[in-house]
Amino acid sequence: MLVLFVLPFYVVVSIAFGTVDPIFQSPLPVYEPWWWTKRYLLQEWHFATGEFRVVELRTIVYVVLATAICLVIAYAVAYYVARYGGKRKGLFLALLIAPFFISYLMRMLSWVELLQQDGYVNKVLTFLHLTPHPINWLAGVPFTVVVGLVYGYIPYMILPLYGFLDRIDQKQLEAARDLGANPFRTFVRVTLPLSKPAILASLVIVALPMFGDYYTNNLLSGSPKTTMYGNLLDNSMEATGQGPQAAVLVLFLVAFLMIPMLYYIRETAKAQRNQ
Amino acid sequence: MSETVSERPGRTPLGWWRNPWRRPYVLAAVTWMYLAWSLLPVLIAVGISFNSGRSNAVWQGFSMQWWWGHPKTDPSGALFVSPELHAALIQSLRLSFLTMFIAVPIGVAFAIGISRWRGPAPAGANFLMLFSFVVPEIVIGISMFLFFTYLLKVVPLGTGAQLLSLVTYQVSYPVIIVRARMLSIGKEYEEAATDLGASPTQAIRRVLLPLLYPAILVSYVLVFADTIDDFITVRYLSASGTTEPLSVKIYNFSRGTLTPAINAAATFLLFSTLAVAAVGIFLYRRITRGQQGRTEDMAGHLT
Repeated sequence: MLVLFVLPFYVVVSIAFGTVDPIFQSPLPVYEPWWWTKRYLLQEWHFATGEFRVVELRTIVYVVLATAICLVIAYAVAYYVARYGGKRKGLFLALLIAPFFISYLMRMLSWVELLQQDGYVNKVLTFLHLTPHPINWLAGVPFTVVVGLVYGYIPYMILPLYGFLDRIDQKQLEAARDLGANPFRTFVRVTLPLSKPAILASLVIVALPMFGDYYTNNLLSGSPKTTMYGNLLDNSMEATGQGPQAAVLVLFLVAFLMIPMLYYIRETAKAQRNQ
Repeated sequence: MSETVSERPGRTPLGWWRNPWRRPYVLAAVTWMYLAWSLLPVLIAVGISFNSGRSNAVWQGFSMQWWWGHPKTDPSGALFVSPELHAALIQSLRLSFLTMFIAVPIGVAFAIGISRWRGPAPAGANFLMLFSFVVPEIVIGISMFLFFTYLLKVVPLGTGAQLLSLVTYQVSYPVIIVRARMLSIGKEYEEAATDLGASPTQAIRRVLLPLLYPAILVSYVLVFADTIDDFITVRYLSASGTTEPLSVKIYNFSRGTLTPAINAAATFLLFSTLAVAAVGIFLYRRITRGQQGRTEDMAGHLT
């Protein structure tokens, strides 16, 4: 197992630092570190700081926006179910877990169909006279992509938040209320600070896969106007002779995400030990 | 308790809003709206798979033609009739069941093994498991593709490569879930068993494993659900159209011409996941019969 985990990453590194067959244009991985060249790394770095910069900035903007929207909705839902779920808690929980059993593709597919020119979303909008003619949602509208990302990843945020908020001792909140704090103040001064680690962990768990996401974008837009970093990776896989490019782009992504990933792993390991 | 509050809340709209003991209507509304937003589109998509027309946007009447085909209209595109979709369906089921039955036992053994090791090895293994959990899946997909094309050439792209990477990736589910369960059980039961004369193997087989059954079951269901829906890793590793499972077909078709047959394919994946989950819940109830808080405990494995 260890072999299958570590070796693939080593191959990626070898190809990133390797050369390309001059005739077939296929990558020739170089496994000996002392033969490694920095040619492709520099070449891609050049792209990454030039041509691709727009895409990288766009990815960051989309991910930050989507994660922020996720947090607002997810926190409200998790808070409500954890504190006021009452007898319906089981039902709520089942409905919140349901998206985990529905394939991501199915959930995106249903939106592709709803958002078509003659789909139900446009039907409702024209019926209510909110728009004179159907809107082409799927032709590279950033709004669609961001909302699609929110829709896709929000279940992964609600569940950990719920798990944490459910464990908060209600007596602490009652104490705050008894001491004269109104609900808002209780929330801001007691609940929010208590849930800070859970918020950070859930932000990371949602933002990380978004950085590698290409499918949401491809299904809901497919236009170069909304290309994200994941699309660059996917496109470099589909083109022939782009092995080194894919490998280098993967290295860049892993390097960029290293700090949040390590943060999450550390927090989880800590939580495991404290259990 | 609201009687102790002064100014008789609830009489005017503003008073109602300011009443600190009113029910959280706004939060309730947000929650119900979220649930509708998250689940209604999927229900509509399931419904469209029974559409009688070619449209995948508008309901045109009930029919099963996109599942079983229809003698008069175009039967070739239906899920169970089209050779392409039918082969993909078989591939989906084959990959998910094999992955499930290979990855979970390995993961359980791994989890028990980790707890026995000393030194830095357990921490390292734990780190790797969590790492594969948080790294974007496209990274795994690309590195596996390059790995099987350039280093491990003995395994050709196709079912073999798909299975190996799926197992590698999915092993972390049982390891994480079973380890969490083991940490919450503690070592006392096993120690009691060995004190009463059980050998270490007996202690594991007769005491520890039965205690772990619920966690193992949850792992089976989760691994199946995740594998049958996976299309990122599997897509890069499918040698040709013949080893693409249903999920990959759905992805490919979603970018081109959509027919309700694709909805039928997605609905089939959903139903098979639900079927496995139902079997899991049934067994779970049988195993944990008489234990308190069992349903919440099952959800607890997920959070």
